[in-house]
Amino acid sequence: MTQIFFDLMAAIVILGALGVVLVRSTVYAALFLIASLMGVAGIYVLLSTEFLALVQVLIYGGAVTVLLLFALMLTKVRDLRERAPEPPQLAGAIAAALALLAGFMTMVYKTTWPRNVGQITPISFNQIGTALFNRWAVPFEIASGVLLVALVGAIVIAMQEEGER
Amino acid sequence: MESVAQKVPLEHFIVLSGILFSIGVFGVLSRRNAVLVLMSVELMLNAVSINLVAFAVYTAPSLFVGIIFAIFVITIAAAEVGLALAVVLRVFRNRGTANIDEIDTLKW
Repeated sequence: MTQIFFDLMAAIVILGALGVVLVRSTVYAALFLIASLMGVAGIYVLLSTEFLALVQVLIYGGAVTVLLLFALMLTKVRDLRERAPEPPQLAGAIAAALALLAGFMTMVYKTTWPRNVGQITPISFNQIGTALFNRWAVPFEIASGVLLVALVGAIVIAMQEEGER
Repeated sequence: MESVAQKVPLEHFIVLSGILFSIGVFGVLSRRNAVLVLMSVELMLNAVSINLVAFAVYTAPSLFVGIIFAIFVITIAAAEVGLALAVVLRVFRNRGTANIDEIDTLKW
């Protein structure tokens, strides 16, 4: 049962990702991205980290993809279709991706993976919150500072300047 | 609660994350539009997160390090997307294009 769920989610993730990189229509690519990222949320549920699944749906499904769609709209991508990449570029991209994939697969094949790691203990929201605000409080505050600065910076960069059309 | 560990081996998650990362690399190298390149970067970040969470849950469930790290990855990804899209909008306003092969002022 769990294996079937994993296979289903993995299929959604990989097919969605292939859609993102292969489909010529940019808006469809953004919709495929949503599908793929929701599949990743399913994988998090499978790993019994419900908090991450929730965050994934909220941040990626709710915020990031909407931002991306707005950017596509504002940059008026010509008739919303992309030209195909030049053959040399395409060949290079395929070669690089396949080489990387081969490296990963060799690594997975050659490693002895731990067996019988036992039960996965579901990690509750409480535990994550406690860890985040005790042991990881300083990185947490730094991350919030980074987010604040980045978003204020984004507003400043995107602002219309005097004399600009 | 059914145990995931006995049903799905750890390496399946690693293989999934490797495939997802490779697809992201392909997208970054083959896409032309800057927004689509950003989408491919998001795929790669998610592959990394799957990897971190899988290892955390399977090997050190009491420490949460991987899970906390995944939260930070998501936070930084959100910041990165916001900032990068602002830059893309700015470039589009100044140059009239968002295709990375046409933005070649720094190319010498």
